[in-house]
Amino acid sequence: MKSTVITFPGSNCDRDIHVALKKFGFNNKMVWHDDNELPKCDLVVLPGGFSYGDYLRCGSMAAKSKIMQSVINFAKSGGLVMGICNGFQILVETGLVPGVLLRNKYLEFICKNVFVKIDNKDNPYFKNIEKDVFEFHIAHNEGNYFCTKDQLKEIEDNNQVAIYYCSEKGKTEETFNPNGSIKNIAGIFNKEKNVLGMMPHPERMIDQSLSGEDGSLFFKNLINNIK
Amino acid sequence: MTVNEKVAIDHGLKADEYKKICNLLKRTPNLTELGIFSAMWNEHCSYKSSRLHLKKLPTRGKKVIQGPGENAGVIDIEDGDAIVFKIESHNHPSFIEPYQGAATGVGGIMRDVFTMGARPIANLNSIHFGSPQHKKTKNLLRGVVHGIGGYGNCMGVPTIAGQTSFDSSYNGNILVNAMTLGLVKKDKIFYSKAAGLNKPVIYVGSKTGRDGIHGASMASASFDEKIEEKKPTVQVGDPFTEKLLLEACLELMAGDSIIAIQDMGAAGLTSSSIEMASKGNLGIEINLNKVPCRETKMTPYEIMLSESQERMLIVLENGKEELAKKIFDKWNLDFAVIGKTTDSKNIELFFDEQKVASIPINTLVENSPMYDRQWKKAKLPQKNKIKKDDLKKLKIKDVIKKILSNPNICSKEWIWQQYDHTVMGDTIQKPGGDSGVVRVHGTNKAIAATVDSSAVYCWAHPLSGGKQIVCESWRNLISVGATPIAITNCLNFGSPENEENMGEFVECVQGIGEACKYLNFPVVSGNVSFYNQTKEIGIKPTPSIGGVGLIKDYTKMITMDFKELNNLVLLIGKTEGHIDQSLFARTILNEKNGPPPEINLFNEKNNGETILQLIKENFVKSAHDVSLGGTLTAICKMCIKGDKGIILDKPKSLINEIEYFFSEDQGRYIIEIRPGDLKKVIKILDENSVHYEKLGKIIEKYMSIDQKTNITIDELKSYNTNWLTNYMRS
Repeated sequence: MKSTVITFPGSNCDRDIHVALKKFGFNNKMVWHDDNELPKCDLVVLPGGFSYGDYLRCGSMAAKSKIMQSVINFAKSGGLVMGICNGFQILVETGLVPGVLLRNKYLEFICKNVFVKIDNKDNPYFKNIEKDVFEFHIAHNEGNYFCTKDQLKEIEDNNQVAIYYCSEKGKTEETFNPNGSIKNIAGIFNKEKNVLGMMPHPERMIDQSLSGEDGSLFFKNLINNIK
Repeated sequence: MTVNEKVAIDHGLKADEYKKICNLLKRTPNLTELGIFSAMWNEHCSYKSSRLHLKKLPTRGKKVIQGPGENAGVIDIEDGDAIVFKIESHNHPSFIEPYQGAATGVGGIMRDVFTMGARPIANLNSIHFGSPQHKKTKNLLRGVVHGIGGYGNCMGVPTIAGQTSFDSSYNGNILVNAMTLGLVKKDKIFYSKAAGLNKPVIYVGSKTGRDGIHGASMASASFDEKIEEKKPTVQVGDPFTEKLLLEACLELMAGDSIIAIQDMGAAGLTSSSIEMASKGNLGIEINLNKVPCRETKMTPYEIMLSESQERMLIVLENGKEELAKKIFDKWNLDFAVIGKTTDSKNIELFFDEQKVASIPINTLVENSPMYDRQWKKAKLPQKNKIKKDDLKKLKIKDVIKKILSNPNICSKEWIWQQYDHTVMGDTIQKPGGDSGVVRVHGTNKAIAATVDSSAVYCWAHPLSGGKQIVCESWRNLISVGATPIAITNCLNFGSPENEENMGEFVECVQGIGEACKYLNFPVVSGNVSFYNQTKEIGIKPTPSIGGVGLIKDYTKMITMDFKELNNLVLLIGKTEGHIDQSLFARTILNEKNGPPPEINLFNEKNNGETILQLIKENFVKSAHDVSLGGTLTAICKMCIKGDKGIILDKPKSLINEIEYFFSEDQGRYIIEIRPGDLKKVIKILDENSVHYEKLGKIIEKYMSIDQKTNITIDELKSYNTNWLTNYMRS
C-alpha cells in the first residue's frame, strides 16, 4: 500500500507520521509542498506542525500551496486524505471538511492523552476496528472545533462525526472535552467519508514505550481496510 | 556623535575600560567601534568577573568531545553518536517582556545546538518567579510559559523536563534558563573556528532589524525603576523562521561546504564575526551594505549591534556559494555573501564604500578585561535548636497536606501540559519524573536529562549548595536508570561588584567543581548571568545544573510510580534528621536560618553506583530520589503516580518521626523491589556498605503511617495537583 505525506514549511510531525506509516506496512513517500504532482498512492496524509508558522490563520496558507490542488483533486475523486492536527486545520481551510478550529477554551496549548469514541464504523478508516474507545494523544493550541447550527445538523444527519472526546468508559460529557469543541467533536469526515480530519495524533501512540499503543490498532486496521 | 568618556559610560563601560580601549587602539574609537567594544566587553559576552573562577571547573573526561568555549558542549554516547547540549539564561529580557524574552531564550539555545550540526531532540527549562502573592508573578509566569511553549512547540522539539520555583527574592528579577540537547554523528560536528584566507563569509536567516540593540549590555546591568524603558532591547522571536533555518542548515551540513558556522546570539553580528575570526587567528572584512536589513537607513552601528533572531554566519569553502544559496532559497531564507576572511587580524567594516571600523581582533578578545573581584567567604550558619515538643504537637496529615500543596512541591502539570513533550515520537519519560528521557531515534539507547537548582541551600551556604545541586542532578539521572555523563551550568547571581554576591558565586562554583570532580561528572558548557538584581537587592544565588546521562537499553528505564501490590519499599542512604533549610522548616516551622544538609560525596557516589547496579540486575521496579520535602514527600509522589498506597512501618530510627519523614539529608533514594528479591538486594547493599532501611509494603488506595494516620491516594492527589491551576485561573 502506498502513502504520501506532504511536508509544508513548518510541518513538524512529518517524520513521526512517516515512521508510523512505514512501521505498519505502508510504502510512504514524502512530498514537498511546492511540487506539482502527487505520486500515485492509496492515502495522502497532511501532517501536524505549524505550516507557515500558523501565521494569518492556522492552515490557511498551506491550503493554498501548490501541491494542495492535486490533493483536493485526489480527494474529490474519492482518494483517502487524512489530516492530523495542523493537517485537520489545513483541511477545514480547503473546505474539504466543514467547520473551523478556534483557539482552545483556556487559550492554552494542551499536550496530553485523551480518550475518544468512534461514532461510526461505516467508513474506510474505522471499518472492522475492534474497539469503540481509544486512548489518543493531543498537542494543539487551536483544536476547538466550531460550526454553525445548520452545519452541525447536516454533519450529524450525514454521520460525519468521526470521533468525540470522551471518558475512559466512552461518556461524551463536557468534563472530558479538553478544548471546548462543540459537542466534544475531535474529528470529522467529509460527506463521502474518504476525507478525515482529526486533532489527535495516532502516530504518537504506536509503541508501548510511548504514550500508549492505540495508534498501532488504528494504523493496522487502516492498512487492512485499504488492502 | 563624538565619542568621549561619558558616551562610553552610557554604553555600560567603566572609565578605566574606556581608557584601555583608547590605549589599545592608540586613538579614540568612533561610535561604531565603541559599540563593538561595549558589546564584546560587557559581562554577558566577556565573562570578565567570572572567567578566573570558571577555570577551576573540571571540564575534561573520557566522554567529553568538546568542553566549554564552543557554541555548546559535546559528549560521546557511543556507536558514533554524540549529544550536543547547553543551558543558557534569558533572565533580564524575560522580566521586561515575558513572552518574547522566554521565547527567544529557547530559540537562542536551540540555535547554539544546531549550529554544531546537531538536530535538537529535547528542550528543558528552569524558571523561577517571585512570591505567588506578588502582583507581577502570575502574568510573568503565564507569559514565560506561553513563550517557551510558543517557540519550542512550533520548532517541533519536545520539552521533556523542567523546574519551577517561587521565592520572594525573584520578585524583581525572574530567572528563565533554557536548555537544549541535540543529536549528531561524531564525525559531523561543526565548529566556529574559521580557517583559510579569502573564504566567503555568508549571512543566512532572517533580516536584520532594530530589535535587541544593546540586549547583551542590558543583561549586564542591574534593574531600576526605569526598566520598562528597556523594552526595545528585547528581541522578537519567529520560531517559524528558525524551523526553516534549522532544516536549511542541516541540509547544507550534510555536504562538505562549511568551514565554520556560528549563530548570531548575544551581540549579534559583532560577536559572531569576531569569534569566528579570533578562533581561526584571522581577520575578517564585512561590507555592511550587503547585510539583509528589515528596515531602511540602518546605520553600521545598528547593524552591528542588532540582536535580531534566527540569523547565522557561515564561512564557506570557495565555490560553494551557489550550492548553498540554492538550499536557502528553497527554504525561503535570506542568503548573502557579506565579506571574506583576511590575514589582517582586524575586523574591518565597510559601508557606502568607506571603511567605518577597523579594530585588531585580539584587543576585543584576548585583551578584554578580566577582574579578580573582591569576595567574602560565607560562614556555615549555626544549627537551629528545634524543640522536640513542638514537633510532637504536629499532626502528620496536616503537614503532608501543606507540603504537597506548597507551590514549590505541587504538580507543575499546568505548565508542562502547555509544552509539546511528545513530538518526534521518542519521549519515553514525560515531565514530572526525576528526569525526562528520549530515545536516540532508531536505536536501543536513550538519553536522560534533568535540570536542578537549590537556591535556598546556596543562599544558606554557597559551598554546600553548589555541591548539593550537582549531587541532585546525578541522583535524578540515576533514578531513571541512566549513567550520568556530564553537566551544563547556568550560574544566576546578583552583582559581582558586591562582595557578598561575588562570594556566593565563587563558593558555589567551588562546590560545583568539587562535586563534579569527585563524581567524574564534568562541566561541558554553560553561561553566567550576573546583575540579577534590582537596585541593591539581588536574587538568592541560583546556579542551575543541567545533567545528561545515557541509558544503554531503553527498555530498562525506571520510573517513579509504584508498580505492584505487595512489593517492598526500601530507603537507601542514611537519615540523620537534618531539618534546617528544609521545606518543612520553612513552611511548617517558619524557620529560615541554619545550615543546609551536609554533602558526603563518598556516600553520594557509592549509593548512586549501587542503585545503578541494582537497576542493571533488574531488581528495581520503581525509584525516586529523596530531595525537597524529604522522604514522605517522595513516597507520596510515588503513590500518586502509581495510584497505589503503602503501609509504612514505624521507623526503626531513634529520631523523631517528623524529622525522619521530612528531613532533607542527601544521598538518599527510595526503591521498590519484589519481596522475593529482598535477600539478593540486601546482599548487594551490604557488599557495597550502603545503608538502607525497610520502609513498608505497597497496598491499594491509601497510605498508612504507623497504623495511626490513614490518607487515601485521592486525597494526596487533590493536595498535590490543584494548587497551580487554581492559582493561574483565579
